[in-house]
Amino acid sequence: MPTFYLDDSEIPFTDGETILEAAMSAGRYIPHLCWRPELEPHSSCRLCTVTINGRPFSSCTQPALKGQKVECDTPALLAMRRAVIQMLFVEGNHHCPCCEKSGACKLQATAYLLGMQDSHFHHRFPVRMRDLSHEGVSLDRDRCIRCEICVRASRALDGKNVFAIHGRGIESNLAVNSPSGLLKGSAISPDDAAVRLCPTGALIAKGRGFESPIGLRAYDREPLSSIELREYQARRAVHD
Amino acid sequence: MTKATVATCSLAGCFGCHMSLLDIDEKLLDLLQLVEFDRSPINDIKHISRPVDVGLVEGGVCNAENVHVLQEFRRMCKVLVAVGECANTGGVPSMRNGVSLKRCLEQSFIRGLGIEGAQIPDDPELPLLLNRVRPLHHIVKVDYFLPGCPPSADAFWRFLTELLAGRDPALPRELIRFD
Repeated sequence: MPTFYLDDSEIPFTDGETILEAAMSAGRYIPHLCWRPELEPHSSCRLCTVTINGRPFSSCTQPALKGQKVECDTPALLAMRRAVIQMLFVEGNHHCPCCEKSGACKLQATAYLLGMQDSHFHHRFPVRMRDLSHEGVSLDRDRCIRCEICVRASRALDGKNVFAIHGRGIESNLAVNSPSGLLKGSAISPDDAAVRLCPTGALIAKGRGFESPIGLRAYDREPLSSIELREYQARRAVHD
Repeated sequence: MTKATVATCSLAGCFGCHMSLLDIDEKLLDLLQLVEFDRSPINDIKHISRPVDVGLVEGGVCNAENVHVLQEFRRMCKVLVAVGECANTGGVPSMRNGVSLKRCLEQSFIRGLGIEGAQIPDDPELPLLLNRVRPLHHIVKVDYFLPGCPPSADAFWRFLTELLAGRDPALPRELIRFD
């Protein structure tokens, strides 16, 4: 089996695997928010950035190559990842103490992994339209990080086409495919992968908030990294 | 050994962080071997009497008085610490930032349920509200941030003992919490 180097460890890979996939298979976690094993990579959150010959690449799209030397956990890359997650926090309104997703939120759990203790940048406090029109699903655009997991999951996994991103740059926003532009009247359902896989509290299945008490929520007892590594390796075992 | 001096205050906060500090329980006695409190709601001293080593500020900045107190803390504290989510991010009070101040006041004092003799309070002694609730680092330089709503007693203890021992008080992953 060919191998490449991730910092000092030798990582085996199969042809066509990305650096991130091979690292996850080998038990090396690279932080990510827009990547999901069941979806095509998107390469937009930039958290999984690694450097090869001093040049940055997103490891979720970069194929592993034999003998390649990939730098992942250098002080500069760790600082970059922390700055990226701080920017995601200040760009939206992430009020963890009163968010139903707190404790089971990938954005929050990733911030913990990266040792984020402060926001560093000035908060924007944006005002975007919330959509509470649907009886089973709510959408808070101020918690959306534009990772497009819901866009991709709705199309590829749910067989629907409920979401898209419209606008550009800081004005980009999540749009809902329905005659009124509201979730009510769209094809969304609370059990959709698009809702389940949202890494923040932007899309929430109503009526389940605060179901798990503090201490028993998804990432309370175990860090996100070890849960995701275990899930990925179990998934690989099934697919291989 | 000379004790380090500590001042604390709560701006736009709920005093939950101070409660959590008291929650270190019997370790308070150990803490008092290390520090002496200057201004703090715990001893009810109203103003910092001299330059102090550490200032712990809970709560965000929502009115003119908060700005004044925060600037006094920055001036008088060698090390200024933003304690809790409100001081770090604006927290729950900053959820009013998406609503105009006029609408907030009207909702609270004019249109709210069960209000008699409705009027928006305008006594000159009341500090003027800011248009937005802001975290401390929008106003002054902050040296350290202690996250959590509130930071746990363990987080307080770890942070303070590391800081007072002259070490980097960065929290281990399991003590970093935003809720």
